[in-house]
Formats: sequence, structure tokens, C-alpha cells
Amino acid sequence: MNIETILLLIPLLPLAGCLAAGLLRHQVGRAGAHWITILAVGISFALSAYVAWEVFYNDLPVLNYSVYAWAITDGIRFEIGFLVDSLTALMMVVVTFVSLMVHIYTIGYMHDDDGYQRFFAYINLFTFAMLMLVMANNFLQLFFGWEAVGVVSYLLIGFWFKKDTAVKANLKAFLVNRVGDFGFLLGIAAVLMYMGSLDYAEVFAATPGVEDQTISIFPGIEWSLMTFICICLFIGAMGKSAQVPLHVWLPDSMEGPTPISALIHAATMVTAGIFMVARLSPMFEASDMALTFVMIIGAITALFMGMVGIVQNDIKRVVAYSTLSQLGYMTVALGVSAYSVAIFHLMTHAFFKALLFLAAGSVIIALHHKQDMREMGGLGRIMPVTAITAWLGSLALIGFPFFSGFYSKDLIIEAARYSDRAGSTFAWICVMLGVVITALYTFRMLYLTFHGKSRTDEETLSHAHESPLVVTVPLVLLAIPSVIIGYFTVEPLIFGGALADSITIRTVNDTMIEIADKFHGPAAFGFHGFVTPVFWLAMLGVAIATFVYLFRPDIANWARTRFHVIWKVLDRKYGFDELYQNGFAAGGLKLADGLSRGGDRTVIDGWLVNGSAHLVGRAAGVVRRFQSGFLYHYAFAMIIGLVAIVFAFVSLR
Amino acid sequence: MSDWPLLSLLVWFPLVGAAVVLALGSGRANLVRVVSLLITGISLVLAVCLYIGFDATTSAMQFEERTLWIAAFDVHYHMGIDGLSLPLILLTALFGVLIVVGGWGVTDRVHQYMAAFLALQGLMVGVFSALDALLFYVFFEAMLVPMFLIIGIWGGPNRVYATVKFFLYTFFGSVFMLVGLIWLYLQAGTFDIQSLHELPLGLTAQVWLFLAFLIAFAVKIPMWPVHTWLPDAHVEAPTGGSVILAAIMLKIGGYGLVRFSLPMFPDGAGALDWLVIGLSLVAIVYIGFVALAQQDMKKLIAYSSISHMGFVTLGFFLAFAIARNTGGTEGAGLGISGGMVQMISHGFISGAMFLVVGILYDRMHSREIGAYGGVANTMPWFAMFAVLFFMANSGLPGTSGFVGEFMVILAAFQANFWFAFLAGLTLILGAAYSLWLVKRVFYGEIANEDVGRLKDLTGREWILMTSLAILVLGLGIWPFPLIEMMEVSVANLVEQITASKLPVP
Repeated sequence: MNIETILLLIPLLPLAGCLAAGLLRHQVGRAGAHWITILAVGISFALSAYVAWEVFYNDLPVLNYSVYAWAITDGIRFEIGFLVDSLTALMMVVVTFVSLMVHIYTIGYMHDDDGYQRFFAYINLFTFAMLMLVMANNFLQLFFGWEAVGVVSYLLIGFWFKKDTAVKANLKAFLVNRVGDFGFLLGIAAVLMYMGSLDYAEVFAATPGVEDQTISIFPGIEWSLMTFICICLFIGAMGKSAQVPLHVWLPDSMEGPTPISALIHAATMVTAGIFMVARLSPMFEASDMALTFVMIIGAITALFMGMVGIVQNDIKRVVAYSTLSQLGYMTVALGVSAYSVAIFHLMTHAFFKALLFLAAGSVIIALHHKQDMREMGGLGRIMPVTAITAWLGSLALIGFPFFSGFYSKDLIIEAARYSDRAGSTFAWICVMLGVVITALYTFRMLYLTFHGKSRTDEETLSHAHESPLVVTVPLVLLAIPSVIIGYFTVEPLIFGGALADSITIRTVNDTMIEIADKFHGPAAFGFHGFVTPVFWLAMLGVAIATFVYLFRPDIANWARTRFHVIWKVLDRKYGFDELYQNGFAAGGLKLADGLSRGGDRTVIDGWLVNGSAHLVGRAAGVVRRFQSGFLYHYAFAMIIGLVAIVFAFVSLR
Repeated sequence: MSDWPLLSLLVWFPLVGAAVVLALGSGRANLVRVVSLLITGISLVLAVCLYIGFDATTSAMQFEERTLWIAAFDVHYHMGIDGLSLPLILLTALFGVLIVVGGWGVTDRVHQYMAAFLALQGLMVGVFSALDALLFYVFFEAMLVPMFLIIGIWGGPNRVYATVKFFLYTFFGSVFMLVGLIWLYLQAGTFDIQSLHELPLGLTAQVWLFLAFLIAFAVKIPMWPVHTWLPDAHVEAPTGGSVILAAIMLKIGGYGLVRFSLPMFPDGAGALDWLVIGLSLVAIVYIGFVALAQQDMKKLIAYSSISHMGFVTLGFFLAFAIARNTGGTEGAGLGISGGMVQMISHGFISGAMFLVVGILYDRMHSREIGAYGGVANTMPWFAMFAVLFFMANSGLPGTSGFVGEFMVILAAFQANFWFAFLAGLTLILGAAYSLWLVKRVFYGEIANEDVGRLKDLTGREWILMTSLAILVLGLGIWPFPLIEMMEVSVANLVEQITASKLPVP
């Protein structure tokens, strides 16, 4: 089998699985559906791993080729094609691996659900769309994958479509993403206009040539073209990767079943924006302004969304705000030109955040779909595997030395520290403070869920037990990379130039050179991690959480009343939802209603259309009187007419 | 077979078929249905032959037929097609079959119903293949009659208002075109469309003529603000009428623009492109909002149609602004192709959406969004198709709805950032009204007993939904054949509209 066939099979197998499980759902049955889809993703994962092996160890040259011509018009070739380099290979492995774990886990999680086959069909479809996105070699296919994952996300958030909250959340998610895509599409249009192509390679080649061009959006104001294009594209990333202020959909997306929260809303789809910026690094490098914008947005998201996580009571929402915050970290890394670090954190985060979501899901099954942490506590004794794996994931999340998250997060903070970009100090402060916050909400969640006294009602507790193997095995399989992957990949990925063929950094922007000087292997880096301020900041967060939530729960209540305003602000999530709901959504509907009633029904139909009909009617009433029936009236009228015509002819000649 | 008069067959076979079906009478409903299906089926085969025999490498007219019709005015029965008309003829033939299948359940005056649609089909093919302006005009007007009857006889309670409005509106528009045509005849001494393409005209004349034709076509498309007949017509029309109206009849206005307005009066069009672009953008944005406020499903889809047709007119008229902005014509063809693709795609999607509403209406006898809720519980397969079509309506990549909008937005950016900006708002607005409808009708708990009793798709409905789904997805995944079919003709049109027709002094 040649490599082209393999690459084609990787996305098409899950698509075929989706069609089989979805359209033939009655024929294949429940077990058939999960076998088909798991087999599809499993093979897809194996092939992806093979491709990655070839890329990283056998130096497979970068593959960039067209699969088919989508359309050729006006001298422009729109194509569907693959670009497979180290970045793509890495993403393919991450996507298919997490997807495979989630597929297996789903057997347990959705066991009693009527929509079993439908669910498997959707997650297979998602895998296909995500693979098309990461394998794209052009903007058209990128946009196709981009929107396609959005649609599957829409379908899955609203999977339980009877629940009103679920179908509100999915509409919200889709519309907010569309706001981002709107910017994205304008960016793509600008790329086509100024670079004359949508093919990555051609666009990157054309970038230096247009770097000095300006674009005038408002008369008299000239903007740098590359800044304009990159910010437009990044607006798309802000939607998909849930950056402030387009983040509002992600917490609500938790209405969907937990496996997809892990797969789509933590590990893969939401990182599409991060992937996109890294993929387009040659373009973003051409605009300092755009990168500063990226960095600031990321820093704000990293800190302020993490803070909201502290006051959440729904276990999934805590993890969701944590995801927002971690996506902010990745965005900061992009903003300081540390693209490889962003991708590194994307990978480690994919493992440990998927793990945390699935662990939360395991708790949720045990408690019969209770998600409120105020009704949990002490579950560690009942479900040890879940608790231990959740602990491992949490340690990775807070960046405890030697855990995977430690390597990636520490490097982001270092990169922000050494960056010369305007505003990088702000970003650095945000990500430093974020460390405390992360540790605080993470351990709060651990303690409230697994430790302390049980607050669950007797009835539920008596049925609670450790989850079945289909759930715990994926937890363990995800826990392994969550712990060790950082140690083993930091050196090749960040300092060994494994991603060098896909990422472009200008030397002036490259902070990693300085950091590389200080890097003496992953072990030394890990040990050094114990003496850095970052570590102690994390420990501070852990200490606060331990003290408050394990020993003195009354302090939490005291703090809530004492700092009521702050608590209120956090609980309201800074009021974004209210603003959008009452401002844009309600305003839009009011405008719609006004235009429909005022514009269409009153002015156009009422005055113009029916008005002119009435006018004709009235005029006819007047004219009717001329039809008197008297011959001399008609004769008189004819004479007048004749005179008028003659007069007209004479005078016009 | 290439010497067969395929175009005439495509026009007259359904017309004669209509007479045959009518003659079968009201007593033999099943026979009427089968014969109608046979006629439309054969028409579709003929249309496919047309496609097979079509040479996409030339912009010259093909399958030409020419006989003298009215010697006194040098009017010819002159037919022929190029890459701009062929896709629309294929679309017409395709929907001919779908309408018969969709109307299988009609029990009231079946023979007249089928005859009206067969006649309509023949006349519409006539519009798309006429190369003589007067012949075009005859088809253009004659088409109104069967449509008038379809809404007037099988329509809803308020059908008289709707039909009169529909008839007066469109008739009002076409009168201006007739005056324009007569004026042109007096200048050129011929009604031959291709000769008129070559006729030099002064700027003032071009502007007036352009306006006269624009009114006629703007009403048909319909463009804002002469659009208000459409929601009323759709609401009152039976399902088949709505489908044909949305899928084919709206395209006649767009076709008129590329067959008459742009190549005949390029300088006039260039002088007034701001008007058309402005109205198109108003249609996209303003009507997008209006659609959001609708409570009646058919009205919502009708407004959505107007908004989507805004992309057609926008795409067609970008050439001049692109030339002013960049000094070249690159992107002009992209806009026109995009507008053409949008017409075909809108045919599929709006036709599908009206069928979706029809399927619900057949069961519940209500078009009010508020009467539904949770339909996905009782009709899961149907919900799957519906979600697909409404997603396509919101321009999802991978469906046909994306292709045209994408191309037009890309082209609009080359003309002016703000054109692309305003047009791009459809990404948000289109998704908002389409998916909000999906949410209210299909999702949620079963809203009432009537919804609880709903039965999922019948075999016949499966055929309709599946074939449209395949078309919507097929065009979205591989628009190449359609675009290739039009490419040379579009390039030729760009050449025509960028070359001035002002008389050389």
C-alpha cells in the first residue's frame, strides 16, 4: 500500500464508519455500531501512527499533493489536498488516539442510551472532519474541516435534543462560532485577493512579497495588510478555540454527553485554532501587531477564565473553564512565537484534559448523572481507579514537575518571560498568576469530589461503584501519556527541531534560542522545576485549596460573603452571557421584528404595494365618471386629444 | 441523435403531454400520475442527452434551431443554449420529475394539477433556450398562466390576494421590458438576442434600457424592495407550486440579467452597478433579519430565498467594481460563476426545504413554527434530512449552499471590503434563522399530541429527500462539473461586459 492510499484511508475510514453506523443503524445494531466505528478509528490510528513513525524516525519527506480539483474557475484552482509534515503527523496521532479512547469509553458511558448508534456515527464523523482539517494543504479544505467539526459539535452538544438547555447550547455554540468564521472567511478572501491562491505553500511563498502592502478599510486609514489578514484569521481561531470574547459557547457545550466534552471540547476541536495559527506561522510572523493581539487575547483568557473555574459547582464546568484557561496558555505561546511550545502543550493537554473529562464522566455515571460537586465528596474510596487517574491528570494540569503538563506549561511561561514582544510582561504576569488559579480550582475539584465527607444522598451512594472496564481502561491508557509524554518528547519536539519543517520563526522573535541554552535534558529540567517560583506558586494554590476545602470548608462560605462582589462577578462570568443575550440576541430579534413589521409590512406592502393598488382603485373611480355614455363627451375628449397631439408634434419638430 | 431538435422536444413534449394528461380527465387519477411521471422522466433523459452532447469548450450557442415565425417583424423561432442556460434546463427537467413524485398524493383535480406543472416545465425550458427576444418574452409571460392557476386553484385560503399580487407584480415588471424590447427592435430591426448583443447603444439609451429590463428581472428574482409578492405567493401555493417557484422560477430573473442586461447594456450596467449591488446587500442583510422574525415556516424560507438570491445579483454585478478597484477583471468571472452556482444550489436547497415543510403540512396542516416542537422524536429520519437541508441553507461547506456564497464573497472582497463584509454577515444571519427554526420545530420534547402521532417518511418521501440530499452534498463536495460546464460561457460574458458598447464617434 503506498503512502497516498494510506493517507486517503485515514480520514475515509471513519467517514465510512459513520455512514454504516448512522444510516444502517437498525441493520448493524448496537454492538455492530460500536465495533464498526471502533475498528474504523482503530485502523485510522494505527495508520496515523505509522505515518508519524515514518515522518519522525524515517525522515519521510514532506508530502504536499492534491487529491482532487474541487473547482477551477477564473484562473483559480480550488483543491482538496493533503499536506503531511511533522505538525500534521503529530496532530493525526493525537486526534485518532484520543478519539479511539473516547470511542471505547462511550460503550460504557452511553450504555443505556437510545441514541447509541447515532452517537457512534457522530463521533466517527467528527474524527473524519478533524482529520480533514489537520491534513489540509489549503485554506478551502481548512475551512471545510473547520465548519464540519463545528457542525458535529452542534449535533453532539444537542445530542439529547429533548433537553431544552442542550438545544439552546448547541445553537449558541454554532452561532458564536459563526461569528468567528465570519472573520475567518474575510481573512481567506483577503488571502486570495492579495496572494492569488489558497494553497498554503503558494501563499507562504507570496507572503514576503506583500508584507509591506497596506489595506484601507476606512477611507484615509491604512493598515498593514498582513496584520489585517492575520487578525481576521485569528478571529476564526478565537471562535473555535474559545478565546475571550468568543468563549461563551464552550462552558455551555457541557450540555453534551461527557465523551464528546473530552474529545471535541477539550482535546481536539477546540485546539483547531491553535493548530491553525501554528500552521500559518509564516504569515503570522510577518505581523508583530497581529502576534501581540494574539498574545494579549490569550493572556486574558488564560487568567480570567481560570478564575471563573474557582466558583463553579458543576464538575464538568470546572474542567471546561480549565480548558478555556489552558487554551489561553497555548494562545500566549503562539503570540510570543513559540509555536512548537503551543503545539506541545496542545498535545499534553489533549491527553490530560481528555483524561480529566473522562474521569469526571466516570464519576457522573456512578452518581447517575449528578454533576454538582456539592453533592459529591469521598468518592475516592468507592472508585479508586477513577480517583487515581484523576489525580494524575490533575498533577499534569497544574504542572507538577516531571508530569507532561509541567514541561509544556513551564516552557510557555519561560517563553513569555524571554519574549521581547510589546506587552509580553503583561502576558507573563497573567500566565504566572494563572498557575495559582489552576492549582486552586484543580485541587478544589479533587477534594470536593473524591475526598472529605460524602455529601451524596444515601440512595445514590448505595448504587455508586467503580466504572466498568470499558471506562477505566481508557482512563489508564490516557493517564500514561499524561504522566510521561512530556518527559520523552520535550527534547525532540522543542529543542530537537522535530517540527522545524512545518513552523517558521524569524530569528528576532525566537525566544526558544535563549531557553535552549538553559536546557540540559528533561531530567535536569524536571529537578530544576522544584526550585522555580512557578512551582511555589502552584504549591500556594494547592495549599489554599487543601486548607479551605479539606479542613475548613467554612472559610469558603466566609470568603464568598466577605468578597461578595468579586464572587458575584465570577459567578456571573463577567456578564458576557447577559451582554450577548440581552444585547446582541435580543437586539437582533427586535431589529428583525421591526424590519419585518415596519419595513416589509407597513412601508413596502402597506404604503407602496397596496397603497398604489388603492390609488389605482380611486383613480379608476374618478375616471369612471368620464365614461358618461354621452357621445358628445367622447367626441369632445377625442378632439382635445387630437389637438394636443398635433400641438406636441408641431412644437417638438 | 445530435441532429434531433432536443430543445424543441424539451419544450413541446411536456406541453403536448399536458394536453394529453388533461384529456385523460379526472376519473383516471393513477393513470394521470403514471403518464406524468413518464413524460417528465423522458424529459429528464432528453435533458441528460443535452448534457452529454454539450461542448463545454466553446461559448458559442449549441443545439441551435431557427425557423421564421413572424415574417413581418423578423421574429424567429430561434433556440439554442450555452453554458449559462444548460444548468438551468437540467435543473428544470430534474424538478419536473420531483414535482410529479411529490404531487403523487394530490387528489383534487389531479389531471389539471399535473397538466399545469407539465405546461409550466415546457415553458420554463423555453425561457432558458429562447434566442429570440420576442420568443423569450412569450415564454416569459405564458409561464405566468399555469403558475397563476396552480396557486389560484390548489392554494391556501388567502390565494386570491396572493395570485393577484403575484400576477400584477410580475406583469408590472415585464411591461417595462416589453417597451424596452420594442425600442430595441426599432433600433436594430431584429429581435435576435445575439444580434442585440452586438448592437452599439449610447449611454443614455443603455441606462434607460437597463432600468427597464432590471425592473422586470428584479421582480422575478425578487430583489428588495419588489419582493413582497414572494412570501405571499409561497404561503398560499401548494407544496409543488412553492417548490417550482423557488427552485426554478426565481432563477428566470437571474438568467435574464446574464442573457440580456449585462451583455446588451454593459455601459448602462456599469453606470448603475452601485444600485444593483446596494439592493443585493440590502437583500442579504435586511431580508436576513426579516427572515429571523417569521413565524410561518414557508414565509421564513421565502425570505431566506430572497436573501440568498441577493448573492446571485451581487455576484453578477461585481465586475465593474472589481475593475475600478484592481484595474483588472480577475475575480469578475468568479463572481458570475458564483452567482450561477448559487442559483442551482438554491434550487436544490429551497426546493428541498419547501418539500420538508410540505411533508409536515401534509400531516399536521399547519405551517406555524409554534405548532411544532420535538418532531425529531417521532420522525428521526425526516429530521436528519431536514437538518441537512437547513444546514445547507446556512451555507455549510460540503453542501451546495456553501459553494456559491463562498465564491461570491471571495469575489466581492476584490471589489470592496465592505461588500464582502456585509455579504459575509449571512454566515451569522443564515445560520440564525435556519437553525433557530430547526431548534423550534425539530428539537425539544414532543410539543403536543399531534406531533406525538406523526409517522416518519413514506417510501415516496424517502425518494424525494434522498435524491435532493445527494444533489446537495454532491454539488458541495465536487462542484467541478457544474463550474466547468459554465466556465467558457462565463469568461465570454466577462469579455462582453467589459467591452464598451458605446457607438464609436
